Parts: sequence; structure tokens; C-alpha cells
Amino acid sequence: MNNYFHMLTDEQKAIREMVHQFADEKIIPICKECDVTGRFPSELYKEAFELGLTTFTLPEKYGGMGGDIFTYSLIKEELARGDAGFSGTVAGAYMGIVPIKVAGTEYHWKLAADILTQGGAMSFTLTEPNAGSDSAAIRTQYVVDGDSVIINGTKGFISNGEVADMYTLFATKDPSLRAKGISCFLVPRDTPGISIGKHEDKMGYRSSCTNDVIFEDVRIPLKNMIGGEGKGMEVVKESLGYTRPTSGAGAVGNAQYAYECAVEYSKTRETFGKPIYKNQGISFMLADMYIKLEAARQMVWHACKCADAGIRDTRLASAAKVFASDIGMQVCTDAVQVLGGYGYCRDYPVEKRFRDAKIYQIFEGTNQIQRKIISGDIIYN
Amino acid sequence: MKILVFVKQVPDTDTVKLDPVTGNLRREGVVSTVNPADLNAVEAALRLKEARGGTVTAVTMGPPQAAEVLKKALALGCDDAYLLSDRAFGGADTLATAYTLSRAAEKIGDYDLLLFGRNAVDGDTAQTGPATAAFLDLPQVTLVSSLELRDSWLYCERTLEERIELVRVKLPAVVCVCREINTPRYPTLMNIMKASKKPLTVWGAADIEADTAQTGGKGSPSSTKKVFEPEKRNTDTVYFSGSAEEMAAQFADLLENQHLL
Repeated sequence: MNNYFHMLTDEQKAIREMVHQFADEKIIPICKECDVTGRFPSELYKEAFELGLTTFTLPEKYGGMGGDIFTYSLIKEELARGDAGFSGTVAGAYMGIVPIKVAGTEYHWKLAADILTQGGAMSFTLTEPNAGSDSAAIRTQYVVDGDSVIINGTKGFISNGEVADMYTLFATKDPSLRAKGISCFLVPRDTPGISIGKHEDKMGYRSSCTNDVIFEDVRIPLKNMIGGEGKGMEVVKESLGYTRPTSGAGAVGNAQYAYECAVEYSKTRETFGKPIYKNQGISFMLADMYIKLEAARQMVWHACKCADAGIRDTRLASAAKVFASDIGMQVCTDAVQVLGGYGYCRDYPVEKRFRDAKIYQIFEGTNQIQRKIISGDIIYN
Repeated sequence: MKILVFVKQVPDTDTVKLDPVTGNLRREGVVSTVNPADLNAVEAALRLKEARGGTVTAVTMGPPQAAEVLKKALALGCDDAYLLSDRAFGGADTLATAYTLSRAAEKIGDYDLLLFGRNAVDGDTAQTGPATAAFLDLPQVTLVSSLELRDSWLYCERTLEERIELVRVKLPAVVCVCREINTPRYPTLMNIMKASKKPLTVWGAADIEADTAQTGGKGSPSSTKKVFEPEKRNTDTVYFSGSAEEMAAQFADLLENQHLL
């Protein structure tokens, strides 16, 4: 444990310790099996719900705890230290409700709260097979029909696609309108016309389900629209202001575990008659891993605390995401190196961390898109 | 039903090291934690409360920082907590501790059940619970591995070396539980966030009307002379081979050669 964790409030310390223990005792023992099989550990999700992990950011008024973004990032880091994919599944409960926080009504909160307070999962459903970085290019289309909306289209790379009970879905009225045509909807999973397509066979992050989700003549009430017609892209952008500061937390947690494995291994593995940490080549690597991880963690904390203080700092949030995920990849790469041949083998836990680390550079806006955002913000604002 | 559960702050055994020169605990780098068996006592208390209603009060004696273990107990679901903290309590052995805890129990009052963990991982005496029962003149059941309340009787299984005893005891009583009795829960986020709003009272000697001649170092007939790590002996492993009779003969020879027979 880092000594500076004592600076956290009593509540934050207790929460961090509880999730850390939960990760050690419940998540880590099964994360390898889930990695190999690609199984979503629904039994763990149930436990996470019972502990309050999936309702932490839901307002108290709707049965949640109204938790802040910074404390949520502590939870996310510790969950990802257990298993990156599992932390992502839990994070869906946050991603799913942020659009409501941004532009939703009492009715929307109640819809989502009914799902989350019953232990359900949510999914932020934006990406399509041909619209990733360019999210304004989505083609899933809706038509207003009286007081209801009919949705048609295929979403791709959807986290929690097959496990979600509610989709926070983005669809367009007319693809040619690009950003101006997009609206946001809450779509219950049990609405007729929704089917689950391909379960992506991913390189890492394997305990999190990533699917195609197909919408065929899916009819939902018009009042499920969040933020008004054509406001979808604004909702996305504002939502990311809340979620992006936390996205690096998962990368830090995942790499933290790889770092811990590397430190432990360096003490027990002997070459030339001494533990390998006694070689400066190894010990300096460990020191650098620590330095990088710490810098990344502090940047995430800072971005989250700014968001809690109501400060919208787009470039900071993006920078924290980029830095934490790039560092996460570097630290996991070095962890594999410290373990050498064993690090490359599946009997040891670090190669999984290496594979999991990669996703953080890709999703929630690739690191290239983030750099585009940051540079644009530097130049024009 | 009003349950008092007694918890102790102990050094996390994973981080403890002894100074090879002085034999004292090295304080730096040592993390404090709740004594593991006390978490089982808290869990047992919470399960009884959930099944039968009532309240669970956590009590500890220690320096101000021992409030940490009470916060943990509150986060797990205890309703209120008392920290017994006074310079006059310092340096207590099990007798003086039990006296102090019994005074606190009297002061809290109206209790039906006092729960303790079987032993603490630091002193490992398993005396404090039983001694508290003696001070309060209450029946006590130790080594309890299962608990069930039926009417006003508590049915306890005691796991002994060669048998299990089923004991029935009338409340109020003192019960000391083993690690096997249950698996302690995790504190839920909701309970963690409620914990800071629950009452945590600090009491000194005067508050519990304790006779300070019986508390702390003054009230302790025993004291620790020295703490040291047992000498590590080198052990050789000898493997025998052959038939059972041959191996038995080799084993007997070895014992004879070592003058152990």
C-alpha cells in the first residue's frame, strides 16, 4: 500500500480497501479462467452489485449512493487491478447513466434506477462497425411515429452488449445530417426486435462481453429520448467530460497488478546466485515502473478531482486518459520483460495484463483521437 | 436483542518484524488491522441481528488510533461503537483489559450477549473474553464454531480436539467464537458511507467508573519480559526407501543413533 493513501478520507480509504480485498479474494482467483474462456463472471457481477459497486454513482434519490467521480475512480482502479474486463463491465453502469446526468429527466432516472437497483447492467451504445473514431458517421436510424420511436441498425464493439438490461443508445434521424442528426435513447433490452450478434473474440479484456447489437424495428416510447432531438452528439461530448477523467483509472489498476507481480518475481527468481532485483538492470526497471505508474495515477486523480469540482477541462481529461493508457502499456511490457520467458507464458499472470493494457489505448476514444482533441484545444481555446 | 462485540486492533501479521537486537516489534512499516477472529465475532453478531432484530455495539480498548477498528466494525454494519481510551488503560494485561471491558459493558448496560473472537493474533492468550465473563459473573462458552438462538437459549457448538460439544446457555452470556464459525462479509459501499454518521463514543476511566488501580499496567499482575523469535533450527530431511518393514527398521536405527530411543 502507498503511504499517501492515508491522505484519503476515512470513507475513501475504507472503500479502496474493501474493493482491493474483493479483487484479491474474488476477482483475481477467477480472472485467468475468464481470460481463457472469455466467460463473463455473472456471479461476481451479482456480488459487486450487492456491495454497491454498480450503484455507486447513481444519485441517492434513485436508490444509489450519489458517489463522486474521484472515489469512483478509486473503485475502478482496484477493480481493474483485479481484472480489467470486469472493471469495464461494472463501469457500464456509470457510462450508461452519465447521459441522464447530463440531459435526462426524472423519468429517465427512474428507468435506469429500476435496472441498476435490481442488479442489472447497462451499456453505452454508440459505436458501429463503420463508425468508431468518427462517431458522427453512425447509421443506426430512428423514425418518430406519433409518441414512439422506431429504431433500425447495427451497433458494433458494444461493451456489455449481451449482458446489458438497458442500452443508452445513439441513433440518427438522417445520416447525412452527421452530428446534428443524432439523438440519445434509453432502450430496454427486452424490447422486441433487439438481437445480439457476434461476440468479439478479443486479444484481451476478455471477461467483458463485446458484441454486435442489432436493432430491427425496435419501438420505444418517444419520451425515452434524452436531451431532445438532434442533441445526441452534445450529450456524448458532455458525458465524456464526466467519464473520460476516470478512463485512465482502469489502465493504472491493470498495470499496478503487473508491477506487483514483477516486484515479487524479482525477489524470488535467482540468477547467478542472487535474486534478480540485485541486478541494477532489473531494479532500475522496477523503479521506473513505479515512477510512471505513480505519475499516471496522480494525473487521473487530478483530472477526476477537477471534474468533481465542476471544472470542465477537456484537454486535461484527455491527457490523463492518454498518459495513463500509454503508461499502462509500457509498465505491462516491462513487467513481461522482468519475468522474461515466464512473463511470455500463460502460466504467469503478466502476459494477460499486457494484452489487457492494449485496449485502454484504443477504446473510449483512441489515443490518436485524444491527441487530436488536446492539440485542437491547445491551439483554438 | 442487544449484542456487544469486542474488537481489538492488532498489527497486520504480514507486515510485523521483530528487531533482532531489542526483540521489540518494529513499529515502522507495520500496518494495523482488526484482529481476524474479531471479524468473525462481528459477523456472528450481525447475523444474529439480521435474524432476530436488535442492535450490535462494537467496543475496543486502545489508543485514539484504535478508532480505526471501530470504523471498520461500523462499516460492516454495527450500529454504534465505544472506544475506551485513557492513559490509565495503557500497558494492560488480559486481566486489566477484561476488568476495563467489563466496566464498559456495565456502563453500556442492558446487554443480552457479549461476543469475542477466540484469541488475538498478537498476544494469543484467548483469556480476555473468559476473564470478562468472570468479572461480569456471566456464563461463558468458548471455542464456538456455530451459534443458534432458540427462545432465550443460545445453542453453541464447541469444536474441541476430539469431539464437538453442543452447549446450551441462557442469556445474557459471553461467547468466544472461532475462525471457522463463518466467513466475514465485505463492508458494502452503503454501509461504509453510513459509518461516519453512526455514533462513536470515546470513554475514559472516569466515564466507566473504573478503579484505576485495576486498569492498565497498575492493574496487571503479569507483564511481558521479553519478546524474541524462536531460534530457527536447521532440519535435515531423510528419505527412506524399500518395503514398509525395511523403512521402519531404518527409521528405528536412525532414532537410536540420535539417542531418541
